[in-house]
Amino acid sequence: MDYLLTEEQVMLRDLCRQITDEKIMPIAAQLDKTEEFPWEVVKVMADSDIFGVFIEEKYGGMGGGLLELCIATEEFSRGCAGIALAFSATALGTDPIILFGNEEQKEKYLPSIASGKKLAAFAITEPAAGSDASAMQTTAKKDGDHYILNGTKHFITNGGEAETYTVVAMTSKDRGARGASVFIVEKGTPGFTFGKKEDKLGIRGSATRELIFTDCRIPKENMLGKEGQGFLIAMKTFDMSRPGIGAQALGIAQGAFEAAVKYAKERKQFGKSISSFQGIQFMLADMATQIEAARALIYASARQIDAGRTKNISKDSSMAKLFASDMAMKVTTDAVQIFGGYGYMKEYPVEKYMRDAKITQIYEGTNQIQRNIIALNLVKETAKS
Amino acid sequence: MNIIVCIKQVPDTTQVRIDPVTNTLIREGVQSIINPFDMYAIEEGVRLKEKYGGKTTVITMGPPQAEAALREAISMGCDEGCLISDRAFAGSDTLASGYTLAMAIRKIKDYDIILCGKQASDGDTAQVGPGIATQLDIPQVTYVKKIEDVKDNQATVERMTEEGFEIVKTSLPCLFTVVKEINEPRIPSLKGRMKAKKAEIISWKAIDLDLEEDKLGLKGSPTWVSKIFTPPPRPKGQIMEGDPEETTTQLVEALKNRLI
Repeated sequence: MDYLLTEEQVMLRDLCRQITDEKIMPIAAQLDKTEEFPWEVVKVMADSDIFGVFIEEKYGGMGGGLLELCIATEEFSRGCAGIALAFSATALGTDPIILFGNEEQKEKYLPSIASGKKLAAFAITEPAAGSDASAMQTTAKKDGDHYILNGTKHFITNGGEAETYTVVAMTSKDRGARGASVFIVEKGTPGFTFGKKEDKLGIRGSATRELIFTDCRIPKENMLGKEGQGFLIAMKTFDMSRPGIGAQALGIAQGAFEAAVKYAKERKQFGKSISSFQGIQFMLADMATQIEAARALIYASARQIDAGRTKNISKDSSMAKLFASDMAMKVTTDAVQIFGGYGYMKEYPVEKYMRDAKITQIYEGTNQIQRNIIALNLVKETAKS
Repeated sequence: MNIIVCIKQVPDTTQVRIDPVTNTLIREGVQSIINPFDMYAIEEGVRLKEKYGGKTTVITMGPPQAEAALREAISMGCDEGCLISDRAFAGSDTLASGYTLAMAIRKIKDYDIILCGKQASDGDTAQVGPGIATQLDIPQVTYVKKIEDVKDNQATVERMTEEGFEIVKTSLPCLFTVVKEINEPRIPSLKGRMKAKKAEIISWKAIDLDLEEDKLGLKGSPTWVSKIFTPPPRPKGQIMEGDPEETTTQLVEALKNRLI
């Protein structure tokens, strides 16, 4: 389907496709095994100006928005969702600075992210605070011109590899949801260390690690927005990032689908290609339709945010993430089914797509949380009318 | 330092088809790419500029659509593209091509290094690069796998041979043809692609160059292709089995039977 992309967007898509085919696909299976961080691909992405696609030109970016981010994420994820995360999790870590950073903060942090010299990461999740972010234990206590951070964040994508972290911590615990604030913390700050690296089901080419803060002193200039705005910043960040998770799921599904079509044409049983059997044809038709529907939803939700719309974007972003990630789980499972016994083997690429797809139903808000957000907004909308 | 990279647009190598009647390449419906060996020349041209400063100009001789190849080279970092295109050049063999390109390079005038791929993937002659150097009366080093050092109008390069490599020191200007061992061509960046899209391509016809008419195109080409064919597959060999004594006897008998 033609989404009437601009010439620049088509150029971006083709470039990301080339990087995926030439640099990501050949190493995806190996990194899945070794869990190495894809620094070589990161360098190619950086040299190709990819990290700047969603950053304003005056900060060294290419001046694109969320749709550009989604296009790049989709293409990279078609090759390997784990490797793609080096890029898309950097975008997640950067969003709070783009949305709430003041001029000095933007000038200080955005250029090195746009050029790909530094990766970023966003840190909100804690061992006892997943969907219930308000149960957060990490504290930031004011001490003169500094805040002192104490606590542990876990499951942090790009943890240990990124240089720039946006970290949510409680500045006044007694104020509950209004007591959180966001800080920019740089790797190497005394008192900031890394803990356990996770051994995961999928996205194994991505680093997922603990961040540990022990009396870590952060200058007050590093606070984003105002004290107490932490949850607001986190929610606005997720409104921006959820179409990106949708795009990741979309890319995974697209990759699995392409492999399934190719295999169905090659694989012969009963003297014919299995693609000539209606049972397989119907599966492929459903997969293609679901993928296209997800793409339409993701692009539309990204476009309205890029156009400056603010109404309903929480609901629409959640819909894009929810639909695309459930779709990806279904499509990748069906791709394994089409491959039959071979699909279950690690020698073939589709079981990896299936493992990679699962996380998209879980992170940046489980799909149950997405349904909560959608329903809550529906109730609000109907209450107004 | 000013660098000139000579490139050629060729049919995508996996899809070469030959017209059985005219013995020329069938170009219709075949995608064109930059000759793969020229990609290394472009990359080296851009690297030299990045290292020593200056300008890298990419030139090609071919039909108007060869402009796409120049734009791709610019997206990789070349500064300027120059298309040499005229019906008068049609049918050029390696001598006429080398002459025409050399005359275009004369017109550019200011150059220190000329880079070419070691050969084109369609004709495989490896003659045009050396031809250009000869016409320009400058030194040439072929099969260069490393440009070690460039200073004081001199360059030290490593030249690949079958046994290993030679280290060659040459004065500049000089023409190098490069092999794939020299570098890994980059993927053009987004900014590079955007620049290439807008870039103005210099276009020269026969009259723009100071050319002798009888050295051009078909007229200026002393060689022509009389036949292109796929050699027949080598017939199956004969394997002799047994201990060395037996097989030696068998072999001698077989050779005797063939009157060798």
